[in-house]
Amino acid sequence: MSETAQSSVVIEHEVGLHARPSVKLTQLAKSFRSRIEISTAAEGPWIDAKSIVKVMGSKTPKGALLHVRAEGEDAETAVQAIVALVERDFETA
Amino acid sequence: MLELVGTPAAPGMAAGPVVRIGSTRRRERLRRAASDELSEIGNAIAAAQAALAVLMESVGDDEAAGILAFQMALLEDDEITRPLAEGIAAGAGADEAWSKVMNALIADYEASEDIYFRGRAADLADLRERVLDALTGADAETIAPGSIVVAEDLAPSRFLATDWSGSGLVLTRGGITSHVAILARSRGVPLLVGVGPFELSDACEALLDSHEGVLVIDPDPPARERFEHRRTAHEDRARADRQHLATEARTAAGERVRVMINVARPEELDAIDPGHVDGIGLVRTEFLFHDRRDLPSEEEQYRVYRRIAEWAQGKPVTIRTLDAGGDKPIPGLTHDGESNPFLGVRGVRLSLERPEILEVQLRALARAAVLGNVKVMVPMVAVPHELDRVRELLGKAVHDLRTAGTEAELPPLGMMVEVPAAALAIERFDAAFYSIGSNDLLQYLMAAGRDEPALASLSKPGPAFWRVLRELCEHGTAAGREVSLCGDLASDIGSIAQLLASGLRTLSVAQAALASVKAAVSRV
Repeated sequence: MSETAQSSVVIEHEVGLHARPSVKLTQLAKSFRSRIEISTAAEGPWIDAKSIVKVMGSKTPKGALLHVRAEGEDAETAVQAIVALVERDFETA
Repeated sequence: MLELVGTPAAPGMAAGPVVRIGSTRRRERLRRAASDELSEIGNAIAAAQAALAVLMESVGDDEAAGILAFQMALLEDDEITRPLAEGIAAGAGADEAWSKVMNALIADYEASEDIYFRGRAADLADLRERVLDALTGADAETIAPGSIVVAEDLAPSRFLATDWSGSGLVLTRGGITSHVAILARSRGVPLLVGVGPFELSDACEALLDSHEGVLVIDPDPPARERFEHRRTAHEDRARADRQHLATEARTAAGERVRVMINVARPEELDAIDPGHVDGIGLVRTEFLFHDRRDLPSEEEQYRVYRRIAEWAQGKPVTIRTLDAGGDKPIPGLTHDGESNPFLGVRGVRLSLERPEILEVQLRALARAAVLGNVKVMVPMVAVPHELDRVRELLGKAVHDLRTAGTEAELPPLGMMVEVPAAALAIERFDAAFYSIGSNDLLQYLMAAGRDEPALASLSKPGPAFWRVLRELCEHGTAAGREVSLCGDLASDIGSIAQLLASGLRTLSVAQAALASVKAAVSRV
């Protein structure tokens, strides 16, 4: 059973997607089975949220609107979890 | 036999087999079939992961751990392992394929406009080298006690991870004010820098004398004999000096001289008995700002200052506000691309340009002052206004804290005397105490950079320096304010007599020099 989900959230973290936030984001993404992608623009380009090379390489600054989309059996939960991580400033729940 | 001359960066003597480390002379690999190459790089990556995991356990702070976690994550990333496997399948050696993938990534980060991401290029290069070391077996080059380690430069982390008993270090590059040099001096590891590149045969022996600044490769018997003779003399002296460690320093005439220590990182205090010192004459706070992406919070700083103040058990602890810039750049904070950083926006100049950072530090210091004998020192003061401005901010910090119900004390506010303009008009500065930063004062008086090996002879104190020092001490006595000296000169045994003759009665020295300075005082 495959589902898709999409949402967006503003990165309020002081410095944006630096090492620690990027690692947390990819670790969380990897805990889901769905394919998860992020982008700083609604039209893409979309990058693999499970790849630290891609996530950190996006060099996303503070204040950017981060779009999150997922496709797979746990897509809805995955998108919610990632949005929640960004919302709580990448602090571990 | 080959005799090489370098700049002594930490005094001492060591003899033993030469161990060459770093990327300069990594063993050539024999290339094998693609499947073997693939499994070898897999093993190397696993070894690097294991080493990073060990490092992660030992780093306390979140930020350094974040960088290590980033490196770990890279090693598991398909975006790295896929092109790596493709490269090997296409016929590249494991080392070649790995370097190619990492170099592309490094180039991308180096081209970033954001200073933070540019800074990560160094972390990626570090990771590239770590895996290459594992691939070629270079990571297994353990440094046995009693070795002479030769490297182009050495990462502070590698220095700290090594057991240096009986060993010495030779850097073909490196400067005497580098971080490794400061660590070597504080730990008493003989260090010679700026030797320049040289060829080494395999399995050679060397004698390192970093009192004299000489490295002898493959010494002949007479050279060995001279070395052993000098070493015995130094050891006898060191043994005699150690008897002075636990006693108060007094001159032969019985006059008391206070001998304090300089501290660059709080962990250094673990190895020192507070009963052996008259206090801490200089706590450098730059370490709080290194290797991280954000600024240390008030709470984090407070905990560190409190730990140091408590260690001192009521003895004075002089904490210097952030002295970034010059030879101590902090990415994202100090100005990039200054034509002459030593004459640039550094020390208090930077602090007053970014008062929001200074205010956090002053609040943490005012809170720590409740618990111990904390004094605050401002670096690079050139005009009275700079000190006055910091005093206002310190007063405001105390007021704001108390208004909010937080305990705070107003610590005495003093200044580093290192800018000639301040040294020559010291009576115009309303400081509670003066601490002479002899390294910078000397280089500014002589207009000779202390990181320039060719000008080493100009970096020695001459008549102008001694006159300035005498006048500073006279002012201190007349005004009833303490004058101390916390630069490298205070640890220089040959200069102690003249420092005391100039009127100084408080010295703040490198920890490794504590006993020898006390002993030298007793001989004056």
